[in-house]
Amino acid sequence: MLHGKATKNEVDHASKIKTKIGMWMFLLYTLVYAGFIIVTVVKPELMGTDIGYLNLAIVYGMGLIVFALILALIYNALCSKFEKKLNIIDETSVGGAE
Amino acid sequence: MNYQPSALGVIIFFVFIISVLLISRYFSKRTSSSAGFYTAGGHIHWSVNGIAFAGDYLSAASFLGICGMIAVYGFDGFLYSIGYLAGWMVALFVIAEPLKRMGKYTFADALDSKFKSKGIRITAGISTLIVSLFYLIPQMVGAGSLVTPLLGWPHWVGVILVGIVVIIIVATAGMASTTYVQFLKGSLLIIFSIVLVIMVLGKGLKTTSYETLAVESYDGSDIQLVAEGKSISNEWKAGDKIFFEVEINGKPTIWSFNKEKMILEETLFITNLADGSILYNGAPKEDERFRQVGDLSEIGGEKNVETGSLGMFKFIGKIKNATVIRWNKVVMMDGENKLTIFYQNPTPGKEVLVTGQKFPVKTGRDKMNFISLMLALFFGTAALPHILIRYYTVSSPAAARKSTIVAIMSIGLFYILTLFMGLGSMTSGVLDLTNSNMAAPLLARSFSVAIFAIISAVAFATVLGTVSGLIVASSGAVVHDLVGKISKKGLSDKKQVSIGKLAAVIVGGIAIVLGIVFKGMNVSFLVGWAFAVAASANLPAIVMVLFWKGTTAKGVVSSIIVGLVSAMTIILLSQTTYDSVYHLVGVKAPMPIDNPAIITVPLSFITLVVVSLITKKKEISK
Repeated sequence: MLHGKATKNEVDHASKIKTKIGMWMFLLYTLVYAGFIIVTVVKPELMGTDIGYLNLAIVYGMGLIVFALILALIYNALCSKFEKKLNIIDETSVGGAE
Repeated sequence: MNYQPSALGVIIFFVFIISVLLISRYFSKRTSSSAGFYTAGGHIHWSVNGIAFAGDYLSAASFLGICGMIAVYGFDGFLYSIGYLAGWMVALFVIAEPLKRMGKYTFADALDSKFKSKGIRITAGISTLIVSLFYLIPQMVGAGSLVTPLLGWPHWVGVILVGIVVIIIVATAGMASTTYVQFLKGSLLIIFSIVLVIMVLGKGLKTTSYETLAVESYDGSDIQLVAEGKSISNEWKAGDKIFFEVEINGKPTIWSFNKEKMILEETLFITNLADGSILYNGAPKEDERFRQVGDLSEIGGEKNVETGSLGMFKFIGKIKNATVIRWNKVVMMDGENKLTIFYQNPTPGKEVLVTGQKFPVKTGRDKMNFISLMLALFFGTAALPHILIRYYTVSSPAAARKSTIVAIMSIGLFYILTLFMGLGSMTSGVLDLTNSNMAAPLLARSFSVAIFAIISAVAFATVLGTVSGLIVASSGAVVHDLVGKISKKGLSDKKQVSIGKLAAVIVGGIAIVLGIVFKGMNVSFLVGWAFAVAASANLPAIVMVLFWKGTTAKGVVSSIIVGLVSAMTIILLSQTTYDSVYHLVGVKAPMPIDNPAIITVPLSFITLVVVSLITKKKEISK
């Protein structure tokens, strides 16, 4: 594999806060994901509960997928916001690749 | 199953594959520098890159494997969809940004940049090689599965075809699958999956009935049929199931006895004769006595129902209130012959739509297996050696993140579709019991040969792309991490290239052999193993290097080795491997679980921490 940098990154003042946001979102998602595993293992019959045409297993499973999409969007919006706010001086050089 | 190829299908298939190869070649000529080779120059728009990301990730496993597993086991196959997507959350939130900030492409590079340790390079190289091989197996198996219904060729021909094409591509041009090709494949796969789901919902559901033979009396050993002139010629017992052989029109048929209803129900069976030949329902494959299955016997307690078109939720609701005829398998020895019987297992729709058919959660061991699977899927994605590379093909971190978001969106959409494609296959009479991987392509074939050919071609091209990417990754590991570090003098550029090509040929050869050996196993299940090995060997190292300052080189090396060896040991000694790979009939495997992650991921983490603490102390005391 290659040695050396893939692209020249500018100094990113938002990296600390982005890592923090990432960690919290990861924790949140992990909890919801773990909830799915725990319910399935501890009380599997609960997963068969009817919810309209569907059941809890399908609603929770699809919910995990949709929740991932929503979290990803929020994460991106937050990161972009902080990058904009904290990197104003570097704005002119953003997007310049090798 | 015996398949007749259609001319239209064959033409569409080859036109598509050849155009993909030409596009790849065109772009591979434009990317001559090494930076261009791996990162496409960093000038790709994030939206294109995002779909390409999806094209990379939605390999044979997702399309063939997940749909197939849902078609056979119901909701348990959907667990893979949930877990694979969840894995992206780990990659996005935890790994991707810090790794990009380090400016590295792979986890081996990231580890090396921090420690400059020969040991790390070599163990990371070995781990990359093994994980790539594990990931190659399902791709090859998938390729073999695809060519059978489309071109009428046997499985092994498909495997060898992919192997040879990829080896030629990689060894002559050194092509990594390009972003634009992956973009094309990713978008086509999603578009045609949407089309397929619309067709499934448009057709709706209907019931089917199977043949039965009425039983007059059964006294525990002798059975008397109502129909005259039909007599029992053989009998087998397996657990609480009893099977009878009845000769009909001069051909043997096997029936399973339903004591409650006093009827015999038809089965499908395969006989592996001692001389190596195989009979399908007592006749050679060409006689087409072994048919496609997967049906509903009742909807809402009624037979002879046809629903007409249904909405997404109503479709699931109808299946919930239906009875699905699933098929269970028993394998036994009949004298010198191996007899595999598939018998009907009418399952309430309610049970098909929750966990339990593939991964039951009743005993403690079951539960461990289930947790272990979900853990491997969750932590595996970020640890796959070839997946994060694409994160670096755009210019800025913001663009990289945006393309990941696009990827997650399209992958998420696709995974929701898998549920409908899988359940559609389960209930449309298209299943081939000898190979669950064919469920989605066969579902497409039941609607239109053209869509079937396009979908198969897209899937096949995806396999080509994934396989060549993996072979490039593993030959890179051999050259840079193994040979490059072991030889003291250092290698000339020319020598590096020739070793890389040789490595590509050897890895390709091994992949061909493994693709044939693992035939008939569900590709998603196999990918689950690749994820487990990746999560055990790579993830602890990468996470700790990024987030724990106390990590030492020796800690990283030992955690990779412990994760790799323990995960592989459990897999190779598991019951599934004994049954489906070694083909041992009735032998109990030493390992209690199939999925290793629950043991091996924590073990690898603990090893890293303990060894790091010990070696750190030594360094300080020196």
